[in-house]
Amino acid sequence: MSRLLIKHGRVVDPTQRLDEGLWVLVVDGKVARLAERIDDRDAEVLDATGLVVAPGFVDVHTHLREPGFEYKETVATGSAAAVAGGFTAVCCMPNTQPVNDNAAVTEFIRGRAVAAGLARVYPIGAVSKGLQGEELAEMGEMARAGAVAFSDDGKPVHNAYLMRRALEYAQLFGVPVVDHCEEPSLAAKGVMHEGAVATRLGLRGIPAASEEVMVARDVVLAELTGGRLHVAHVSTSGGLDRVREGKAKGIAVTCEVTPHHLALTDQAVADSEYDTDTKMNPPLRSPDHVAALLQGVQDGAVDCLATDHAPHHADEKVLEFDLAPFGIVGLETAVPVTYDLLVRRHKLPLRMFIALWSSNPARVFGLPGGSLKVGSPADITLLDLEARLTVNPDRFRSLSRNTPFAGQRLKGWPAATLVGGKAVWRRERR
Amino acid sequence: MSVKPAARLRRKDLVGIDPLSPGEIQLILDTADQMRAIAARPIKKVPALRGKTVVNFFMEASTRTRFSFEVAEKRLSADSLSFSAAASSVSKGETLVDTALNLEAMQPDFIVIRHVHAGAPHQLARILKSSVINAGDGAHEHPTQALLDALTIRLHRGTLEGQVVAIVGDLQHSRVVRSNVLLLARMGATVRVAAPPSLIPLGMEKLGCEVHRRIEDAIAGADVVMMLRIQLERQGRMNFPTVREYYDFFALTPERLKLAKKDCLVMHPGPMNRGVEIDSRVADGPQSVILEQVTNGVAVRMAVLYLLAGGHGEPTAD
Repeated sequence: MSRLLIKHGRVVDPTQRLDEGLWVLVVDGKVARLAERIDDRDAEVLDATGLVVAPGFVDVHTHLREPGFEYKETVATGSAAAVAGGFTAVCCMPNTQPVNDNAAVTEFIRGRAVAAGLARVYPIGAVSKGLQGEELAEMGEMARAGAVAFSDDGKPVHNAYLMRRALEYAQLFGVPVVDHCEEPSLAAKGVMHEGAVATRLGLRGIPAASEEVMVARDVVLAELTGGRLHVAHVSTSGGLDRVREGKAKGIAVTCEVTPHHLALTDQAVADSEYDTDTKMNPPLRSPDHVAALLQGVQDGAVDCLATDHAPHHADEKVLEFDLAPFGIVGLETAVPVTYDLLVRRHKLPLRMFIALWSSNPARVFGLPGGSLKVGSPADITLLDLEARLTVNPDRFRSLSRNTPFAGQRLKGWPAATLVGGKAVWRRERR
Repeated sequence: MSVKPAARLRRKDLVGIDPLSPGEIQLILDTADQMRAIAARPIKKVPALRGKTVVNFFMEASTRTRFSFEVAEKRLSADSLSFSAAASSVSKGETLVDTALNLEAMQPDFIVIRHVHAGAPHQLARILKSSVINAGDGAHEHPTQALLDALTIRLHRGTLEGQVVAIVGDLQHSRVVRSNVLLLARMGATVRVAAPPSLIPLGMEKLGCEVHRRIEDAIAGADVVMMLRIQLERQGRMNFPTVREYYDFFALTPERLKLAKKDCLVMHPGPMNRGVEIDSRVADGPQSVILEQVTNGVAVRMAVLYLLAGGHGEPTAD
């Protein structure tokens, strides 16, 4: 029997409405006891003085790039980046090569994750074969192999009939369909948010409406089918409004927002003079949209935060802004970026912040974890809310460095990550 | 003039009008005035850039702008060479940055770049030691065009301040309009732009102009009317119905020109689509200064090269 005692920490667990000084005893990878003081001479001790002990953080939107793009990221390096960013579990998107549209690829990814032995990795299967948007992939086979949701991420499910059937069929397995909501004919090869900044920079714009119309369609289809819809990376006030309306009508719709859509605006493209690390899809939006997202985070319209960690090699990002691929890495900056912004500057209650990264995503995706209740897996994120550090991409565990946050000094960083009671990462003291 | 010229152009690059102060714009225009005098001499050449190397790196088709830079370089005694995308290694899969670093390894002093993608000059300016001059990047900026337009207006009107300038055409895809609005607004002119609503980019007014949907509203009482080329090659078939209809609603015709001031200047950055955005009777008429613009382009480019090289005051003859 392995025993671990986490002493002197401040336990914050939204699922038990807890925020107090408690010790946590972990036995055989599960939370065994929470108490003000626990005597257990056999247990290994982890001193959490000055740290917050939270349910393990879950990122429901990650790209691990393996198989097929191992020069950008692998399951092993992505898992290492995850735990170094405070995440105990990640859900990885299926736009690999080959596409994760069958059980063999799903099993391969899970096998790689087990071999890496760091974060828990939950694959998301493709909605359509080859992400082609034409015929349903074998969802059942993938669900049996461990897929926790379905998505054609990177691409919207453009065909409304296919989306309808996906929302229906996925109910067999009780999992959500995750959609990257974008009407391609409106996005029209745009490379940044359409608005005054794009006009000044002479870059082709992606209108906010391209997201909103697709969210609206999906919410209508979720109502029609009774299926579970999860809207990936909402970036516009209109998209969020459509989600709110759906929720008010009792439709099973949830959504996530990324750290970069909260922390940055389209002005970053201008300020950085076309730095391709400010290019992602959905694009960084104008301040009015960012304000609406912040409001949604505070009032609960936003269910969870998610990174949309999208590693790309420096050789791919060094191109002209129009030609560079969309996407930035996020696993190793997400927690400090959002803590500094939401809790420190916008006074979001710490318990809500932790829920947005742990219990909420676990609930939306039906994952184990996200709680420190007795009997739960001991997936635990320790946070040092006083740590003030500078984002240094050279120290990333990820294979890629494409971040717009390099050089930012932020307060509130993960200090250690425990998966199944095992400390898989601890911040080195420097 | 209310704007006092800067003493020097203390910058490595000219990537756009946006970073320039009114004083810097004034300095470039004043210097261009002096450069015009050189072209009037029997020997149209000064040694100001002797021993300097200029690479004209044109990644998008251009005749007028490239020749204009080449003439400017020769008149300043610089050694220049030009290459275009078709002849380069870009088609072999080399990145822009690698191509530029290879050019720089030959130690040029200036790289004049024309590129189809917005921001390319900024990306190069960050990594290159040479001075980068933007000769047009995507739909972003074309600073030397705006400077030559301003010089032309100033030569006829004496000042930019208070002038009412109407710019009409494809605002969505035009880098000329962006640079012109920024420059003219900064120098105290009133700028009106007009286009079919489907060719007006969002937030256009924030560049510093009035936005109109009818050409008549823009040119009424104007001192200058500048027509933009309808970039047929950049249009899908969804932005406006036909060239025929465009002419009907937006072309500068003799009748419409009567709405402007009597001595209103007619300008066009070229190449013109006669019978599309401009009627030949206007393009070739007495108010047209379209070919003067081309002449002034050489002077402005000489001024920019000279000032970026650290020059000040009047360049001396041999």
